[in-house]
Amino acid sequence: MTAAGVVGVLVQVALVVGGAPLLVGLMRQVRAVLEGRAGAGIGQPWRDLRKLMKKEAIRPEGTSWVFTSGPLVLFASTLVIAAVAPFVSTASPLDGVADLFAVVSLLLLGTVALTLAGLDTGTAFGGMGASREVTIAALAEPTILLAGFALSARVGSSNLADIVAGTLATPAQVLSPATLLAAVAFAVVVIAEAGRLPVDNPATHLELTMIHEAMILEYAGRDLAVVELASAMRLAVLLGLSVNLFVPWGVATSSAPLALLGATAVFALKVGLLGAVLAAFEVFIAKWRLFRVPELLAGSFLFGLLAVSASFFLA
Amino acid sequence: MNPISVGLVVVAAAALVGAAAGALAPARTRPLVTGTATAVVGLGGVLVGVAALGGQTWSLTVAHLLPLAETTLAVDALSGAFLLLIGAVAIAAGVYGIGYTSPGGAHATDEDDAAPGHDGVGAHDDASGPATAAASRTAQAVLPLFAAAMLLVPAAASVSTLLVLWELMALTSLVLVLAEHRLRRSVRDAGLWYAGMTHAGLVAIMLGLVVLAAGAGGESFAAMRAGSAGLSPATASCVFVLIFLGFGSKAGMVPLHVWLPRAHPEAPSHVSALMSAAMVTLGLYGIIRVGFDLLGGGTRWWWLLVLAVGSVSALYGVLQASVAADLKRLLAYSTTENVGLMLMGVGAAGVFAAEGNRVLAGLLLAAAVLHAVNHAAFKALLFFGAGSVLRSTGLRDLDRLGGLASRMPVTTALFAVGALGAAGLPAGNGFVSEWLLLQGLIHSVTGAMAPSVVVAISMPLAVAVVALTAGLGVATFVKAFGVGFLARPRSAAATGATESPLSMRAGMGLAAAACTALALAPSIAGAPLSRLLSVLPSVRDGAPLAGSDVSLRLAGIAGSMSPLLIVVGLLVAGLGAAALVRRVTHGAPRRATPVWGGGSTRLSPRMEYTATSFAEPLIRVFDDVLRPEQDIDVTPFAESEFLIESISYRQRVPDRVEARLYPPLLAAARRWGQWSRGIANGSVHRYLAYGFIGLLVVLVIVGITS
Repeated sequence: MTAAGVVGVLVQVALVVGGAPLLVGLMRQVRAVLEGRAGAGIGQPWRDLRKLMKKEAIRPEGTSWVFTSGPLVLFASTLVIAAVAPFVSTASPLDGVADLFAVVSLLLLGTVALTLAGLDTGTAFGGMGASREVTIAALAEPTILLAGFALSARVGSSNLADIVAGTLATPAQVLSPATLLAAVAFAVVVIAEAGRLPVDNPATHLELTMIHEAMILEYAGRDLAVVELASAMRLAVLLGLSVNLFVPWGVATSSAPLALLGATAVFALKVGLLGAVLAAFEVFIAKWRLFRVPELLAGSFLFGLLAVSASFFLA
Repeated sequence: MNPISVGLVVVAAAALVGAAAGALAPARTRPLVTGTATAVVGLGGVLVGVAALGGQTWSLTVAHLLPLAETTLAVDALSGAFLLLIGAVAIAAGVYGIGYTSPGGAHATDEDDAAPGHDGVGAHDDASGPATAAASRTAQAVLPLFAAAMLLVPAAASVSTLLVLWELMALTSLVLVLAEHRLRRSVRDAGLWYAGMTHAGLVAIMLGLVVLAAGAGGESFAAMRAGSAGLSPATASCVFVLIFLGFGSKAGMVPLHVWLPRAHPEAPSHVSALMSAAMVTLGLYGIIRVGFDLLGGGTRWWWLLVLAVGSVSALYGVLQASVAADLKRLLAYSTTENVGLMLMGVGAAGVFAAEGNRVLAGLLLAAAVLHAVNHAAFKALLFFGAGSVLRSTGLRDLDRLGGLASRMPVTTALFAVGALGAAGLPAGNGFVSEWLLLQGLIHSVTGAMAPSVVVAISMPLAVAVVALTAGLGVATFVKAFGVGFLARPRSAAATGATESPLSMRAGMGLAAAACTALALAPSIAGAPLSRLLSVLPSVRDGAPLAGSDVSLRLAGIAGSMSPLLIVVGLLVAGLGAAALVRRVTHGAPRRATPVWGGGSTRLSPRMEYTATSFAEPLIRVFDDVLRPEQDIDVTPFAESEFLIESISYRQRVPDRVEARLYPPLLAAARRWGQWSRGIANGSVHRYLAYGFIGLLVVLVIVGITS
């Protein structure tokens, strides 16, 4: 574990923690502008977090340690992904953890922590949100692993850094049928996992439609701040993964300071761009009925399966 | 003196002494005596297992113990792995059983089951009643015998020895399943199903092994190993299908799983743990032993069959588990799911072994065995946890539980450890073996060898099955833990729950320690697994995992993962964030407030989400597979049909495989029985004539064929 490698990890963590609220702010701003509103500016999520930290935290009656530790587990699991994934540099000292399946499971761990917290409140809202969130997460799992299978097939390893380095070495692979199909499958899963339209509306508090917000309804003050920050980080991590798995150019392959600096800027730009595109896309669609979401996920599963088949037969 | 023989002597002696003591001891000391004896039996098994996995072998032949055949016992590394697994479960179950069968506590009875609605009935606290059913003289005396029989099965090294021990195991477990037969009608039903299925399995195993022994020219495993190469492909395939069905019925694979969701819930919980964590893996052992060792690997379609059956079992098991509302039934279906995953590993290993890709074959078989070990650890823990809840509240119904996190804090925390393992999430032990399984499957395309078309089609589907199983498994255990233990109690019985006795917590603690060790340091399994593979040269002779440092590295192919680093990272990040937040907010305490009820201030526990409502989206999504039965009764007032007095809604998710497959079979058996009643009318003359005709037919056949 070299000092430069540690610096690379710290840069990634700082970038994700510091930049994630800005990404959310940017996406809200893009949406506001497209809808003809002034918007609150991209710094608003950070101002919200600062405000929440000053507010009083509450503990609903009848809840247990699961409720209080839920936000921390969500935050910690996302932070570990931010540390190990090849966002800025592929020469991470934590290489052994950066396995695609491990990262997917860590995402799932964060989901589980929040769903258990939702159930722990004992309200109908918490249970409803938990039930829906878990159903979607369970159905998204096959797609995400098949897309990962298709990506790892061409480099012979499910290590994220290997996949990114493999794409950097042979850029033509990005246009192969397997990769394109996997990209479509992955995009749907990212939307579902991040709770964006048309699966979940991050801006709604309407009882019948909300998923993520229903689970965290009982949080206030610093707990809510941690949940909000972790959710923003989760979005950033998911967008960062999709960007670097499919368009990896700009990632540093060494831990040289200058390379890290350049890679940081490129990564922030790429994720910001993808976030803006996603926000613009969301302006034109409405949330789907909950029971149409499985159809969407089944479709993406088909794309994943085709991607794997293509990597077998068209390789 | 060889430690294996010492261990086996300990197993046999402790079992006999324990059985005798259990039969003779007064009721007060009986739980302690038999629990200790069972734990000592388990200790003997662990001793044997550790020695065998350390590279020692041992065999023994006794000439005149059984009529007509020699008794042959032999222990190698493959037996050793299963002896270690069963022994460890037996230790924990023995310790746990001391508290579980001691007086006090409430156990489910028919009155509980029949109670309408969700308001719950009070716990049954009479010391003479339910709690002592599992402590009856018979049940207590049989427990050490059951543990010993399970331990001796993998040590058997001839057909007759195996069959005798197998049947001993089946009969002792049957007695234990029936322990509470006076309390609930469903126990008798479960016993009947279990007896039927286990004996059908025994017949299949016996047929398969007898054909194999006849073809190979000897009934000892050594003779069969040497002679099986001379078998015709058709005979070998016939043998394999028979033993696959026989051992598979014990393992609980679909469609032979029907006894699991009946017998596991109805047995006393420490017996459920022994059966679900330890006994089902002997089915896996049998398939590995006969398929890879005695038959030497066989052809590809055998293992494709195993892979397909494993996939169906995994998916069907987890689907039923995800919609089950009875905690122990849920765990039983989860056993079918995990056995399915193990069979998938074994099947894929066989496919690759048959194609000559020995690197992947070794990895996948190691993954399957490691999953069996992991499953044993977390499933024993989960059944113990369910048993603690059952003993304390008399409830298995998740819809009426809840609020146990404050009432049974230790049980809740330990159940969480088991649920984490069963859900296959990081920091749980199931994650490691599922990761190995996935690694083996995804490297099918990139290994040194070009994949065949069969592999190219089956392996992506297998990955998808594992992924969907993992996803639904998460939903299942979020439901089991979140609804069963968290929030507010949903019934009076759950409100009155109290923490379990010390010995039960100790038993759970042992299982939880095993889960944690396997989750954090899976590389300790590397050396034992490579010894195990050296027994099976048809799969691979070599180490599946390389390195014994903090991270798990695959040998021969790219892939590494470090469960320990992940957990350390999670702890550092989580505790760091907690400390930072505390610093910024100056450690201000959280104010206790009522939950927000959308304006209402009187939230009753009936408004909480239940296990049934939690699983409702899944039932809707998988409607075509599950086919739930729903009926709604609307009762209007007599004055007007528009004024509704009450609405009752019932939903049941029947086991569709069972409902479709078994009634025709049972009806055919009944018809056959009725028909044979006609020809057996009690006349001695007729029976003599049947005997005479039978003898004549045999003689004629012998005369023609020889």
